[in-house]
Amino acid sequence: MSLKSLSDDKPVGVIGAGNFGSAVANLVAQHRNVLLYARDEKVIRRILETKENRGHTMHANITPTTDLGRVAEQCEVIFPIVPSAHFRTMMKQLSPFLHPYHILIHGTKGFDITLPPDQTLESVDKLTRDHVKTISEVIMEESVVVRVGCLAGPNLSKELAAGQPAATVVASHFNEVISLGKKLLRNDRFQVYGNNDLTGVELAGVLKNIIAIAAGALKGLGYGENAKGLLISRGMVEMVYLGRALGGNTTAFLGIAGVGDLVTTCNSSLSRNFTVGYNLAQGMKLDQILANTDEVAEGINTIKIAKKCSDYYGVRAPITNTLYRVLFEDLPMSRALSYLMRYPLNVDIDFL
Amino acid sequence: MEVVEKKNKNKKYKPILEDIPDWPVYQLSKNRKEFIEEVAMKAFQRIKEVRPTTKHVIDELEATVYREQQRMKRNRWRVDPEDEPRFWAGIKEELVALASKTPEETQVKADELLLRIVSRYANEIAGNFKPTSYRFTREIVKFWFGRLLNGARVKKFGAIFRNRYTLRDKIHIVGKVKHLRKLASQGTVIMVPTHFSNLDSILIGWVIHSLGLPAFIYGAGLNLFNIKIFAYFMNSLGAYKVDRRKKNVPYLETLKLYSTLAIQKGAHSLFFPGGTRSRSGMIEKQLKLGLLNSTIEAQRNLYLDAKPGEEVRKIFIVPVSLNYHFVLEAPDLIDEYLSAKGQDRYLPEQDKYGSWQLLQFLFKFFTKGSNISVSIGRGLDIMGNYVDDDGNSLDAQGRVIDTKDYFLSSGELSIDKQREDEYTRMLSQKIVAEYHRINRVFASHLVAFVAFEMWQKKHPKLDLFGLLRLPEEDQVLDYEEFRATCKRVRKQIYQLKDEGKVYYATHLKGKIDLVIRHGLENVGIFHLKRPLLLNKEGNIITKDFNTLYYYHNRLVGYELEKFI
Repeated sequence: MSLKSLSDDKPVGVIGAGNFGSAVANLVAQHRNVLLYARDEKVIRRILETKENRGHTMHANITPTTDLGRVAEQCEVIFPIVPSAHFRTMMKQLSPFLHPYHILIHGTKGFDITLPPDQTLESVDKLTRDHVKTISEVIMEESVVVRVGCLAGPNLSKELAAGQPAATVVASHFNEVISLGKKLLRNDRFQVYGNNDLTGVELAGVLKNIIAIAAGALKGLGYGENAKGLLISRGMVEMVYLGRALGGNTTAFLGIAGVGDLVTTCNSSLSRNFTVGYNLAQGMKLDQILANTDEVAEGINTIKIAKKCSDYYGVRAPITNTLYRVLFEDLPMSRALSYLMRYPLNVDIDFL
Repeated sequence: MEVVEKKNKNKKYKPILEDIPDWPVYQLSKNRKEFIEEVAMKAFQRIKEVRPTTKHVIDELEATVYREQQRMKRNRWRVDPEDEPRFWAGIKEELVALASKTPEETQVKADELLLRIVSRYANEIAGNFKPTSYRFTREIVKFWFGRLLNGARVKKFGAIFRNRYTLRDKIHIVGKVKHLRKLASQGTVIMVPTHFSNLDSILIGWVIHSLGLPAFIYGAGLNLFNIKIFAYFMNSLGAYKVDRRKKNVPYLETLKLYSTLAIQKGAHSLFFPGGTRSRSGMIEKQLKLGLLNSTIEAQRNLYLDAKPGEEVRKIFIVPVSLNYHFVLEAPDLIDEYLSAKGQDRYLPEQDKYGSWQLLQFLFKFFTKGSNISVSIGRGLDIMGNYVDDDGNSLDAQGRVIDTKDYFLSSGELSIDKQREDEYTRMLSQKIVAEYHRINRVFASHLVAFVAFEMWQKKHPKLDLFGLLRLPEEDQVLDYEEFRATCKRVRKQIYQLKDEGKVYYATHLKGKIDLVIRHGLENVGIFHLKRPLLLNKEGNIITKDFNTLYYYHNRLVGYELEKFI
């Protein structure tokens, strides 16, 4: 098997020096040399000079680079961790350097959308699985790489940077990829689980962003723990429904990438999506919020996409739909909440 | 009057390998004995890998004997060898006798029994390709089909001795023919056709010959060897036998190794990945993964066995779609499908075919105007990537891929069963997509699809079984409405063709009334009860809703329902 490879001195690639990218690079650097790709020369210089990036102290085994081709040539295992909006573009640049022996494990929680020409997410009348792709599907479409995996789970970058205990799921159809992911990421403070439902885990990681925004909103409205418990459990049900419509299995949502990640994001004021919801409930408008943040809150796009998909596939998704109206149709958050509380649905669990 | 098919450009192809002794299948049959021994030995080793202890082996042997004896009791066929009961009774006795032996003796004996069983299986499975009988069959088929065709088509006495028509006028081969010929001369071709009728194997045999390709080895269901006429054809075409009654581990491993090793030795192979004939008439969606898996395994072994720098023979997978107006077994197949699906809601009638019915069908087929077309798809490598004429695998952007890279782990070739299982799943999805893409729509498919969907739309509350029991007075469609719908759906088929998602026969073009006429005349043409015809008022009626449903299913999966 592939285990002997791990003593290899071949470096491991990480693409994207954002918050999570830096955290993953640091985790891997404890086992292997890491080539960290960043688009921005300034980031490279900063890492070289100060060993600091976004609040992470970068491990000595990490070499930053702006050369994508070099990453593909020197590394067989690559962790691409760039925002979903840029993922396909990045893959197109990387693809010419990739071969079927490469293994890609991505850490991006978002969807990729391809729309017909001259259409936008707002104008398009229906959104189906033909338009909405998970990140692993983008990798497979744009390159010859088939051994693909993803990382998902409660992984707040700031806590990882502080070396607090946490866990992640490596999901892949290939056991080879899972065991490799485990070997590369695991340490005394970081547990790694495997899952074969790649699509389910990806979907769980993406859809939980919706509920995270809702959790922020509850906090912003000043509500307490009962409300949060209600939201998490109903949010979970909604994720399962949406996830199944989009091709995942129920079980992935019950694991680290589902419940695990959901509880964390809903409790953490550190998360970007949570902050968006919080600010919304405080009365800020979406464009104001966006102007104030330098990182992408994937949840906003996810709400748009999930709403259109739930329309097309006829899935009941009250939380998503209501948030959509708050974000894009100026429904005040307090009205949205009272609407949800009166929503005529009282079966607890009907999907198991 | 007939809507004429565009003048057939099918021409005769020269054989790519002139002499039968050069054919891989001949090489295989010449060294038949050694080959069977190799298969048995490897199968034995493989089973020992998955059943490592003596206890495991003995359990497996006991299970095998039990199942074989059950099979002989319940379901014995004409082709089954006569010494079978004796053989298994003997094995059973020796197994019982093991109880009184020492562990060392037991192990030796158990291994010996296992080897005896797999050797027997390997012998049962092995084909027996004989050049003389191959040539003979080929000439017989050509001669008699030719006579039939000419005698029937040209209505003059003496026409039976003319050569105006040949099989090539009857069976249209379209698609990537030259590409296939090129691939067959530089690598090993695995042809994977769709499977609708028992005639498929004969049809494909003829196609392979007429394209100038050497004979392919081919795993045929043992049940076909019960019908003598088939048995003769298939033995001469290099078929090996697949017995679907035998589900025990030794048999399955032997079968798998037989095909893997034959492919590894460069024998072009043919198998129907759908497993059995499509019961519903739909294009296969689920493929049997076992044989596809052995293809991937064979390619991996070829890479593993290659000496450094040596050119490795590549394996190419060529999907083929067979398109019929008429499937002889349609009423039976759809009955089986419906009774499996509806269980107690559906009661089938029983009816079987033997050699005589088949001959009758063949006669009808050659004397009446019903054509068959065979679409050859583009070659794929074992990962489902398209290959070019030189056998290079290409990615979506047209860059060349080294197929070997799929088997590398940190720079080294490695064997990883789980990985290859996953590759098999991916390959099967790709083949299914290719089937839909190279499928050729006939007028008969169009009319059957439109009629059935129109009835469904008129009765939205009825489920399938309700619809199939629709009262006779409701089984009429207004011709004008039908015509307009056909036109709409045909337009969408054109659109799909432009998007590269399907093909259509040339007869689908032209005046819609003629196309409909052609469709009605041909859909299920030889069934006693016609699935679709015109009544006295010129409106559309059906005499057999089930077979209509069957022919309709051919166009399921293209989302054409939206245009009804």
